[in-house]
Amino acid sequence: MKMPEPDKAVIERREEIISSLMKFVPSESIISEKKELSVYESDGLTAYRQVPMIVVLPETVEQISQVLSYCYNNNVKIVPRGAGTSLSGGALPLADGITLGLGKFNKILEIDYDNRCARVQPGVTNLSISEAVKGHGFYYAPDPSSQIACTIGGNVAENSGGVHCLKYGLTTNNILGLQMVLPDGEIVSLGGKHMDSEGYDLLGLMTGSEGLLGIITEVTVRILSRPTSANALMIGFDSSEQAGKCVANIIADGIIPGGMEMMDGPAIEAAEAFVKVGYPLNVGALLLVELDGPFEEVNFLIDRVKEIANSQGAVSLRVSRNEEEREQFWAGRKAAFPAIGRLTPDYYCVDGTIPRSKLPEVLARMSELSKTYGLKVANVFHAGDGNLHPLIMYDANNPGELERAENFGSDILKLCVEVGGVLTGEHGVGVEKRDLMGVMFSEIDLNQQQRVKCAFDPHQILNPGKVFPTLHRCAELGRVHIHKGKMPFPDIPRF
Amino acid sequence: MTEVLKPSDSSQLEDMVKWAIADDIPLEIVGLATKRGLGRPIIGKQGNIGNLVIGHTIDLSSLSGVSLYEPDELVLTAGAGTRVSDIEDLLESEGQQLAFEPIHMAKLYGNEGGSLGGLIACNLTGPRRIKAGAARDHVLGIKGVSGRGEYIKSGGRVVKNVTGYDLSKLMTGSYGTLAALTEITLKVLPAPENTSTLVIFGLDEKTAQRALSTAINSSHEVSGAAHLPARSSSELSLGDIRNENSSVTALRVEGFRPSVVARCESLIKLLKNFGAVEKINKENSIVFWKDVCDVGPYKERKDPLWRMSVTPTMAPTIVEKINSLIAGCAFYDWGGGLVWYKLDEYMSDSGATIIRDVINANGGGHATLVRAEDSIRSQTDVFHPQTLALAKLTARIKNSFDPQRILNPGRMYLEV
Ligand SMILES: Cc1cc2nc3c(=O)[nH]c(=O)nc-3n(C[C@H](O)[C@H](O)[C@H](O)COP(=O)(O)OP(=O)(O)OC[C@H]3O[C@@H](n4cnc5c(N)ncnc54)[C@H](O)[C@@H]3O)c2cc1C
Repeated sequence: MKMPEPDKAVIERREEIISSLMKFVPSESIISEKKELSVYESDGLTAYRQVPMIVVLPETVEQISQVLSYCYNNNVKIVPRGAGTSLSGGALPLADGITLGLGKFNKILEIDYDNRCARVQPGVTNLSISEAVKGHGFYYAPDPSSQIACTIGGNVAENSGGVHCLKYGLTTNNILGLQMVLPDGEIVSLGGKHMDSEGYDLLGLMTGSEGLLGIITEVTVRILSRPTSANALMIGFDSSEQAGKCVANIIADGIIPGGMEMMDGPAIEAAEAFVKVGYPLNVGALLLVELDGPFEEVNFLIDRVKEIANSQGAVSLRVSRNEEEREQFWAGRKAAFPAIGRLTPDYYCVDGTIPRSKLPEVLARMSELSKTYGLKVANVFHAGDGNLHPLIMYDANNPGELERAENFGSDILKLCVEVGGVLTGEHGVGVEKRDLMGVMFSEIDLNQQQRVKCAFDPHQILNPGKVFPTLHRCAELGRVHIHKGKMPFPDIPRF
Repeated sequence: MTEVLKPSDSSQLEDMVKWAIADDIPLEIVGLATKRGLGRPIIGKQGNIGNLVIGHTIDLSSLSGVSLYEPDELVLTAGAGTRVSDIEDLLESEGQQLAFEPIHMAKLYGNEGGSLGGLIACNLTGPRRIKAGAARDHVLGIKGVSGRGEYIKSGGRVVKNVTGYDLSKLMTGSYGTLAALTEITLKVLPAPENTSTLVIFGLDEKTAQRALSTAINSSHEVSGAAHLPARSSSELSLGDIRNENSSVTALRVEGFRPSVVARCESLIKLLKNFGAVEKINKENSIVFWKDVCDVGPYKERKDPLWRMSVTPTMAPTIVEKINSLIAGCAFYDWGGGLVWYKLDEYMSDSGATIIRDVINANGGGHATLVRAEDSIRSQTDVFHPQTLALAKLTARIKNSFDPQRILNPGRMYLEV
């Protein structure tokens, strides 16, 4: 993986850039000491590191606008950063770029219960939104596992999801408005407290745009009334295939559970060894199904799911008897990553989505690949929506093993696309999957996406080197290719 | 000469757009042309000798048929020209539905039916918006031909997908100004086993809005929340609810039977201070919400019609202020978030200035002139005017898909 060649001329201008920035932001908001800069050298994808040229931590939207407009006019690149938990290297710094941290934008500006929304700054953490509205019985639905740390700005940029997004949607389905600063410094507001935003759906476009289109400076999120009850089933099957059939039958029966997660044998073992919550160890696959809603509905559906699971040959089945037990069921799943982390010096988390019916085929081929590469893999999935998280175990100290793990990961993602799925379900393309984009998109598709980028960022100063395998100049992409000629289809029906 | 061209596959469509680019001729994109009355009438292009070049119509109705439907994967792919009613029938046979509850707007323009492409191009969402999201939330993938004559795709057939920009959402609601859609993949969902509706008669608009908010803010998963003042409720088709003298406030509860029963009971208790709550059965519920969804009370007439998307709690105030300046009437959906407003009097701009000023000053939002004579729609901004910064960005995005402004020029905004 190669980042764009740093621009030496810009690096030489470093001191001049710093003193220019001082005109817009207080000096304590600028980080330029080598030691302090290295704090920002990577995000959640720690295999890649790069110390940024400068870090700026602005405090007001006005400051962001001024910094951007300066960078736009002086050809300085910018990498936006929230909490730096991205697993795809989206916030990986550039040697010739400014990392713009949104950490100081950490205020909840307004909570409007009557209109079921909250207006927050981008650096507010995901969990703290739910915490703030909890007293009134509300919550913010998307719940990435990183929710203690990750910011809402980062969530919007990555369109993050969580265990509950099968029923309640991803970030994109749970925001009503945004304020953003465009690369030229212009401040634009989208949506608001009303439910349909006007004109082109720029709210939808910005969500998942990975920091390439604008700096998100305010987010209006939808908040929901918390379901009155929730209950979970923990179901063991001999094989992932049976577990997969069970998932399909639950959905075919008209049931959309609040959460539906699956783990394979190695993941179950690792989790149980770590948190000891009573996961069955003699099963090939474990399914966690959570039903939430009114008490009567949950009770009714628990019975229906039980019936379906038994008819699919469940070898073990437990229903949580109280809140504590329900949380225990989840504790193992939530600790799956660190649990694997105990078994191996390093692991690499892959994130592809497949049509659910392809699960047995994909798992079979994944275990063949595991043999070929000589690396073990454990699997946790968001079973309801086919989002796989294979965790590849490796040891970076063994020469060549990181590369082998990455190649294994790429092969898994290519397999996902081959069976009708996609390269990334929720972690984003970033630098990690950048060079695989051609597996899913034609050059025409990618060029159109880059033209959209150019509509926002004609000088390509925002987060370059991410998402797109080849950088084209905007002027070159803008050209129209005219095929002069007569009407080429005399025999098409006309009216 | 204006022609109607009917491509039978996407490569013919691609050829047609390329030809239009070469000759610089604008194209009107239609699915089943039932909603021509929606949006600005498409303008011709200024020819280079000062003449007005009127374009051709591209009729996509041949690109029809469902190519993939997997009920237990909750996914369906169909050609853009497929009739929405055909898709709904197919889903119903498997106990599923388009959860965003498509609005069948054709009747507002004296037509019937409508295509999937038209539905998605207009992002039309009914009463279930408050629970299930908008049409755009159910679009998983799109294929189409851009105004550059290029066949492009975005998204896929799975729900969890963040690979590349979400151009599917961008094209949803773009009224055919970015690409002519050929194929759309949608997320489908189980249809509820049961439906009940609770109604309260006689509430004034502000009290009604509070009742709706109270219900939606509870944990009882209300999937429809509408209020029809007496003048509008008197136009309802359902005899049991229609009332000349009294407003109707209605809440829908859907789901599994035991859940619906329990939630209705809880809601009746919760709302008792607002007035007597009556329960309406499944059959009548379905008729009532179809009427609300498809703007039944205002469909027969030709009067100018506005659709406003506003802050829910501000809706009654907005309507009250507009009513003090214009003669018209309103009804509310989405707990107040959606207001349908029908004018009683002729105004040269159909009240655009007044209505938009009131919305802008009361919590924001936007108003679309959904129905008016062509002559008015070509003189008035049909869509809420954008701020300068947003308008410039919108034009640059249009440019990135369609630099020569071949596809539906002027349909959304004069410059787009
Ligand atoms: C242990 C762990 C578990 C995780 N679990 C999940 C999970 O369950 N589901 C899931 O979806 N993800 C998960 N993630 C990934 C990650 O947490 C999410 O992608 C998260 O949304 C990133 O937020 P952040 O604030 O850390 O953003 P960062 O990592 O700082 O940035 C992410 C991207 O967003 C951009 N960005 C950040 N802020 C802004 C802004 N204000 N304006 C414009 N662009 C911005 C950056 O440039 C970058 O491209 C997990 C990560 C870890 C480490």
